[in-house]
Amino acid sequence: MTLHEALEPRHTDPALGQIIKLAVLAVGGQGGGVLTGWIEDLARANGYACQATSVAGVAQRTGATVYYIEMCPASDREPVFSLMPAAGDVDIMIAAELMEAGRSIIRGFVTPDRTTLIASTHRALAVSEKMVPGDGIANAAEVLAAAEVAAQRFIAADFDAVAARNGSVISATLFGALAASQSLPFGRAAFEDAIRAGGKGVEPSLRAFAAGFDAALAGVTVAAPSKPVPPPAADAPRGPAALLRDWEALTGRGNALPGAAAEMAKAGLRKVVTFQDIAYGAEYMARLEGIAARDRAPFDLTREAAKYIANAMSYDDVIRVADLKTRGQRFDRIKGEMGVKDPQLLHLTEFMHPRAEEIAGMLPRAMGARVQASPVWMARLDRWFNKGRRIRTDGLFAFGLLYLLGGMKGWRRRTLRHAEEMAHLDQWLARAMGYLDTNYALAVEVIRCRRLIKGYSDTHARGLSKFDRVMEGIALVAARDDAADWARRLREAALQDEEGKALDGALATIRSFA
Amino acid sequence: MAERSFKAEVQHLRKGEGDTFTGEGILAITKALLENGVGYVGGYQGAPISHLMDVLADAQDLLGELGVRFEANANEAAAAAMLAASVHYPIRGAVTFKGPVGVNVASDALANLSSSGVTGGALIILGEDYGEGSSIMQERSHAFAMKSQFWLLDPRPNLPSIVKAVGDGFALSEASNSPVMLMVRIRSCHVTGSFPTRNNQRPKETVREALSNPRSDFARVVLPPMSYVHEQDKVKNRWPAAEKFILDNRLNEMFGNGGKVGIVCQGGMYNGVIRALQRLGLADIHGATQVPIYCLNVTYPLIAKEFLCFAEGKEHILVVEEGQPEFIEQTLATYLYRAESRVRLHGKDILPMAGEYTGAVMLQGLEAFLRKAAPDMLPATVRAPNMDRPAVPDLTKTVPIRPPGFCTGCPERPIFAAMKLVQKDLGKHQISADIGCHLFGSLPPFEIGGATMGFGLGPAANGAFDGGGEKRPISIIGDGGFWHSGLSSSMTNMVYNKSDGVVMVVDNFYTAATGGQDVMSSRAENATKATQHPIAKAMQGVGVEWVRQVDRTYDVPKLRKVLHEALTTDAKGPKVIIASSECMLNKQRREKPLRQQAIKEGRRVEAPRFGVDEDVCTGDHACMRLSGCPSLSLKVLDDPLRDDPVAAIDHTCVGCGNCGEVADAAVLCPSFYRADVVHNPGPVERWWAGVRGRIITWLQARRAARRLEFGA
Repeated sequence: MTLHEALEPRHTDPALGQIIKLAVLAVGGQGGGVLTGWIEDLARANGYACQATSVAGVAQRTGATVYYIEMCPASDREPVFSLMPAAGDVDIMIAAELMEAGRSIIRGFVTPDRTTLIASTHRALAVSEKMVPGDGIANAAEVLAAAEVAAQRFIAADFDAVAARNGSVISATLFGALAASQSLPFGRAAFEDAIRAGGKGVEPSLRAFAAGFDAALAGVTVAAPSKPVPPPAADAPRGPAALLRDWEALTGRGNALPGAAAEMAKAGLRKVVTFQDIAYGAEYMARLEGIAARDRAPFDLTREAAKYIANAMSYDDVIRVADLKTRGQRFDRIKGEMGVKDPQLLHLTEFMHPRAEEIAGMLPRAMGARVQASPVWMARLDRWFNKGRRIRTDGLFAFGLLYLLGGMKGWRRRTLRHAEEMAHLDQWLARAMGYLDTNYALAVEVIRCRRLIKGYSDTHARGLSKFDRVMEGIALVAARDDAADWARRLREAALQDEEGKALDGALATIRSFA
Repeated sequence: MAERSFKAEVQHLRKGEGDTFTGEGILAITKALLENGVGYVGGYQGAPISHLMDVLADAQDLLGELGVRFEANANEAAAAAMLAASVHYPIRGAVTFKGPVGVNVASDALANLSSSGVTGGALIILGEDYGEGSSIMQERSHAFAMKSQFWLLDPRPNLPSIVKAVGDGFALSEASNSPVMLMVRIRSCHVTGSFPTRNNQRPKETVREALSNPRSDFARVVLPPMSYVHEQDKVKNRWPAAEKFILDNRLNEMFGNGGKVGIVCQGGMYNGVIRALQRLGLADIHGATQVPIYCLNVTYPLIAKEFLCFAEGKEHILVVEEGQPEFIEQTLATYLYRAESRVRLHGKDILPMAGEYTGAVMLQGLEAFLRKAAPDMLPATVRAPNMDRPAVPDLTKTVPIRPPGFCTGCPERPIFAAMKLVQKDLGKHQISADIGCHLFGSLPPFEIGGATMGFGLGPAANGAFDGGGEKRPISIIGDGGFWHSGLSSSMTNMVYNKSDGVVMVVDNFYTAATGGQDVMSSRAENATKATQHPIAKAMQGVGVEWVRQVDRTYDVPKLRKVLHEALTTDAKGPKVIIASSECMLNKQRREKPLRQQAIKEGRRVEAPRFGVDEDVCTGDHACMRLSGCPSLSLKVLDDPLRDDPVAAIDHTCVGCGNCGEVADAAVLCPSFYRADVVHNPGPVERWWAGVRGRIITWLQARRAARRLEFGA
């Protein structure tokens, strides 16, 4: 193996360094093709040889898609370009969505020695993230941290929001960010010329281009779309003076709660008072004070109780939904979101589907219980009421109906639903407090399990059944030192999938040793 | 009409001598067909050659001027059968479809065509759907050329080479009386570049002229004893003629010379090989290489003489051949063995047997080969790499997969929502799927359909269950699949065998997955094709008695009821539900400009969009599990009392109605609302809305004054 003198290894052709390799990773439908077209036109108009490729096909239906461009100064001989990006060999990576930026890093297209990563920080959630009954949203902070390490330069901003603000789409703002990055040897004017040459929607595109350019330069803080910080101060309510005085007294009691519980109680109070009235708020406060009296530093129990008792007391009954649907604030909010401007009008259609359970729940406690126990009556109620109803809340009849229902708060405390909810709440709190003396952490975890109860009709029933099964599981391990840990695991498992398969698995594990 | 219009690009097809064409590979092929005097063209759409069909459809004026017949064939078999016109007549014909699935469908016609042999050049332009972006099983079309002895071109992926291959293909076909298949990969179809154009040529004989002078020759018919003669003719005459043409015209290319090592690659792999060599410091920017390359622009037949000449004096040769099995490597090994050569042949021992040859695979493969065969050629950095890279955190568990799915407002989503709900009532059923956008129904959140056997074969794939049982089998078929082959392969099969099964026909007025081409039952007027043939009529025509037409798929409660009925009725024979609503992608493309125009002109327009009341939504995400719509997403609330994100609908919502229908049908929750913004309302309407608004505002203010209200 020594006869290679004729083929002495030479140095790499210096011209190879002139090839600029640019990849675009987008979600199908984002306009990656338009962006690619602009970049191509830009390169060719400025004396570069350029080649673009894409992978079309079904991936363009909302799936992850790749576009790839290579360019170098044109000469009388054609260069040989590659048709696909190679790991470790990409100069500019444009990711039109945050997780796609993550995918480009996984695929090795972003390397610290050469890659400028331009990424939009907005999220287009994948189906797998949306389906989870709990919080299945992928961790954006991890991707942002990895991007800082993997990229030579990292330019990030919410280019989708910037585009929307300027009446255009993300391809234009990303093109602006590319210009601002100065990673291509062309001036800003040349970029704008490419948009003009494209000829479609030139004005909005140019506006969005400029906004994207500025956003990239401003180095917009990489605000991860994660859990926002709660607002610093609760906004003051409006209302009759007498009620405001009562409110002050209640918040005073809330502020007297220990540690972080005070802040949570403020939000909780707002919720229960909105749900019912000041007296109901006082009940909430009394429950909390009872718990705080038995709590100790760092008062996690009181804080969690402040959160979950408020949620439990503000259950989703017909009255609450009707009230929320008829509030003036809601009408204003929707008008704002839909961008309704004079003289445009807004029609509002609600999708309601009452069942016998909801009707029975509205009846007085004893009567409701009898009706609910009678299959004949339930079938009758279903026949009368169980039907999808589309009602126009911008119309007087439907609005009036919901307005009346929403005004039935005086009636609410007598209803079957209220009695059931309160019984469930008392039982749950009693169970948590029962663990308090032997296992503080377990008591806190039991309080947190209230998170499992949510949704309406079947979903609500499934939540209740998961809650019950988690409670059973907890009872099995209550005597163990790591009971709190198991309780947390059971709750998290219950939030993973709809049918509760993960929960069944976790329960089976517990039964194997308990 | 197709999803993408090529009306503007079609003007480039008129360019002549001395001009330059700049654009996509697929358009360049169209131009090359015209420059080479093609007499008839056809095909069946499918990635990556859908655009070729769309371009041809948009170029019908030009084709008419040149006397070229364009046929949008019913399927690939019909397209390949059309090449029969080149058997007796000296007319050049070209058809296009995707591979290998299209070749599967076409193989009967292709085998007959190859046996008969051709007089005029017969070209099959094949979009090989392999590797990233592919939507089908990973196989090679190569084997079809080998089994029927037609020739396979695999040109280098740049426009001048692809354009040249079209002309070479016709000439080779005529010189050897055999059909030729020109293979272009996904990225070659969409690669952009330039080539110098020539004048378009009218065909020497048009198909119309041929009809006036009909010819026939029973020697061309595939019947014994002629069929035996055909086989001998292939091997003794056509094959040698092809080899001679390939050698004489130097269709294959050699790059670089000398040395003890060399690379043999498919033309389509050339750019990848050069890039790897560039990165190893063994090729320059223009492709001048220090490792000689024998580039196979013709991958079948392989020419022993040419290959042995390349191998002469070499010690090691690497075959770069994507996909499996390694047909080329096996043949070249045979040639070396027969020649008693001592050249060491490498290929799949170094490069992976399966999967796409990406940049990384190619670099590693070539480096490994040179390390073994000629380590001195490798630059020092490669021989002793300086591994000092910062560790990038592993994101594989963080980043969710993003398979393709239903578009925003897709009319197929409610069909699968209804099917999921029916299964909640009646239990899980045996469901077979078909090919098309509706196959996305097999993915979460619906997970409906467990297997797919081919285009138009959904109901046929349930054949074993046709006898019925306690629960009925369900199959899915799209309007595209139905007309492609479903009517005969699936429906007559069911009727004849007295199937008890249920068929859900997903009718979106187009072959939507391939880019929205019209089909027989399309509702649109089409100037050159006969549309508006209802599927229901065809069903009744082949003897299906139980047919239900649902004309708005978004009506989930209705679909659910109809499906329930189909699964429980006492009626005998196949139960067919035709669920029809227009593909939203195409509908929006058609209606959006019209709507904007109407608003601008001051006409009354209602623009619907959906919303979610975030206080009412409990964050249980039950709606997501019946939707998956891109515009229905999640939002993290600014509320310390909330753990889970709530549903939110963004501005991309097209107001299809699925959210509200599903919330109703599945009794999910009262969170959804539809907001119709009325543009340019009339004076009476404005007055009445004002009255209503004032009363409502008064009631709201009245209640607000009596209680505490928080927030803005």
